[in-house]
Amino acid sequence: MRGGEAIIESLKNMGVKTIFGYPGGQTIPFYDMLYDADLDHILVRHEQCAAHAADGYARASGKVGVCLATSGPGATNLVTGIATAYMDSSPILAITGQVPTHLIGNDAFQEADIVGITMPITKHSYQPKNPDLIPSMIKSAFEIASSGRPGPVLIDVPKEVQEGQLSKFDDSLIDTPGYNPTTKGNIRQIKKARDLIKQAKKPLILVGAGVIISGACKELKELAYTINAPVMTSLLGKGAIDETDDLALGMLGMHGRKVSNDSINESDLLIAIGIRFSDRTTGRLDSFAPDTKIIHIDIDPAEIGKNVDVDLPIVGDAKNILASLNKLLKEYVASDEVNTWTDMIKQRKQDLLPRVTYDDVPLKPQTVIKEISEVLTPESILTTDVGQNQMWAAHFYDTQKPRKFISSGGLGTMGFGFPAAIGAKIACPDDSVVSINGDGGFLMVCQELATVKEYDIPVIAVVLENRTLGMVYQWQSLLYDERHSQTLLGNSPDFVKLAESFGVNAVRITKPGETKEALSSAIKDNEPVLLNIVIDSEEALPMLPPGAGINEMIGEYKLEKDVS
Amino acid sequence: MDSNYHIISTLVEDKPGVLQKVAGLFNRRGFNIDSITVGESEVEGLSRMVISVHADQKGLEQVTKQLNKLVDVIKIKDITKNAVKRELCLVKVNIPDADARSEIIQYSNIFRARIVDVTEETLLIEITGDKKKINSFISLLKGFGIKKISRTGLTAMARGV
Repeated sequence: MRGGEAIIESLKNMGVKTIFGYPGGQTIPFYDMLYDADLDHILVRHEQCAAHAADGYARASGKVGVCLATSGPGATNLVTGIATAYMDSSPILAITGQVPTHLIGNDAFQEADIVGITMPITKHSYQPKNPDLIPSMIKSAFEIASSGRPGPVLIDVPKEVQEGQLSKFDDSLIDTPGYNPTTKGNIRQIKKARDLIKQAKKPLILVGAGVIISGACKELKELAYTINAPVMTSLLGKGAIDETDDLALGMLGMHGRKVSNDSINESDLLIAIGIRFSDRTTGRLDSFAPDTKIIHIDIDPAEIGKNVDVDLPIVGDAKNILASLNKLLKEYVASDEVNTWTDMIKQRKQDLLPRVTYDDVPLKPQTVIKEISEVLTPESILTTDVGQNQMWAAHFYDTQKPRKFISSGGLGTMGFGFPAAIGAKIACPDDSVVSINGDGGFLMVCQELATVKEYDIPVIAVVLENRTLGMVYQWQSLLYDERHSQTLLGNSPDFVKLAESFGVNAVRITKPGETKEALSSAIKDNEPVLLNIVIDSEEALPMLPPGAGINEMIGEYKLEKDVS
Repeated sequence: MDSNYHIISTLVEDKPGVLQKVAGLFNRRGFNIDSITVGESEVEGLSRMVISVHADQKGLEQVTKQLNKLVDVIKIKDITKNAVKRELCLVKVNIPDADARSEIIQYSNIFRARIVDVTEETLLIEITGDKKKINSFISLLKGFGIKKISRTGLTAMARGV
């Protein structure tokens, strides 16, 4: 067995069926061995999309996504995708080709120190010096990527290591004495959490992606129902609780639901779970829940106290900790005060539901998201790009299950939504997958229309066309005297013709009702489709301006109840 | 002593890139590493890294936690409070005249420094001690004309069992 074959064998042993990649000079040996192998490979049209697709695969399935690129430019093209996965704790394995060992350091053709370049954006990395090391490194990479707080791992394989013969196939895990994620929460701390909950009169729960990654959604729901506490989420926490549930308030933050942003500072106890208190979630820190006691449950000790000072930290896996906490709360009955508070918040939620009913032309993005919601089922997966499209989706779309809302949160990577949808569809072939994009971000990755056509991957790409880089445009409108510097896209391409040139069907949509109709038939046809939806370029969500507190949103928050 | 001055002792795997990762984490937080020394530890395959750095308490806590997350880092300890601190310094100093030569040798004896190389025009002196001692010795030699200084940076160990 040669090194490249060992990579393939090891990936298959880890349960991998599909990898996303793009060949090049230093991976020719690997691709030659892949030619005869029983392992699917999706040839993306840009390496960055291989990383995003692997990421989308990982987020939709909870399993490690694998991407592959050649040395030098191939490897550096993965960097944005690796950084995206790192910021959002997504387990991916990036395999890169490298120039032969004897040329490393010589500035050889297509040489880049990708291990060095990716050091701050990977959880760990390996560079096998001989083929015997490959099986252990791949197995260890999977273990590290998926355990504890997940994250990307990189393996950089010099060309001659891909070609070299193994003396034996030994895939025992590499000893890592420095890597011991804490999974079980400290029981004394959990008991203290119970006591704080018992004393609380106005509890709130705030959850992030950690709850989804940990598989703790059932335990979260049990906790919320037991203590009768409303639940808010971060962007990436969407789906941790069914957002149609009365107790679910929706997203908190810079473009959060008004009910969440208005209510958080009124609570006397905040139970934050699997969340890192990003600046986009908290707003200005000194006015974030200043009089609220905060319990912070997270598997990563470095997140405790990083942004927000907490009263009670519990380090460990959310599922374990919530299960123990629920057990301790068996006898707990919510007091009248708690019930009064929660009833008030539930009513406030209804009163502050954002307006989604419009019949305007040009279309309001709210109309589009509403019609998408009406067609999709709880099993459907929605991926988003970054910018206004993302915030509209996050704000107006109720996610009902975990791993069904996929978005680049921490890094905010434009061009993420479409390739992530490809990965999600490979992971969940039975679920409808819709990606919501702006016209700016979609143009960064539109070459992947070739990929979805070639492999017949029936993802639906929604392209919201407002001919602006809307999020920056919105900031310029509100905060920079309407000086729209470089945010007007001018003449956009004809997205329908663009898609058709790749052989992908496309529909141009301009009026209410058309999105629903086109999306329903796209799902029925089970083919890749692009929906080019022309929207009002002046529509913008209310926001927290920089330096504002969580309850200091600017812009008019339009309410559904005001629709006459 | 400056309350923001810290000595961190870490046990790390002896693998390529570890020094780069550790230094990179400090850099990301905007901390300037005063010195960093690395060498074999009592366990085969593990190195001990001693880092001295100026950092506020909250920032240092965050860096320490981030360091702990590195797979190659096994143990971290802030030993600022009760550490034995040593640094080795080599100084090459000019000998302007014969009187100077004996004067320098006397200073060296007082500081328990050793003369390790002699030419007609220079002396090469080895001195070990904490930062303060070495700084005082160097300032005494300044008048003679220092040609070169090479310092190892601080290594340290906590006192007691």
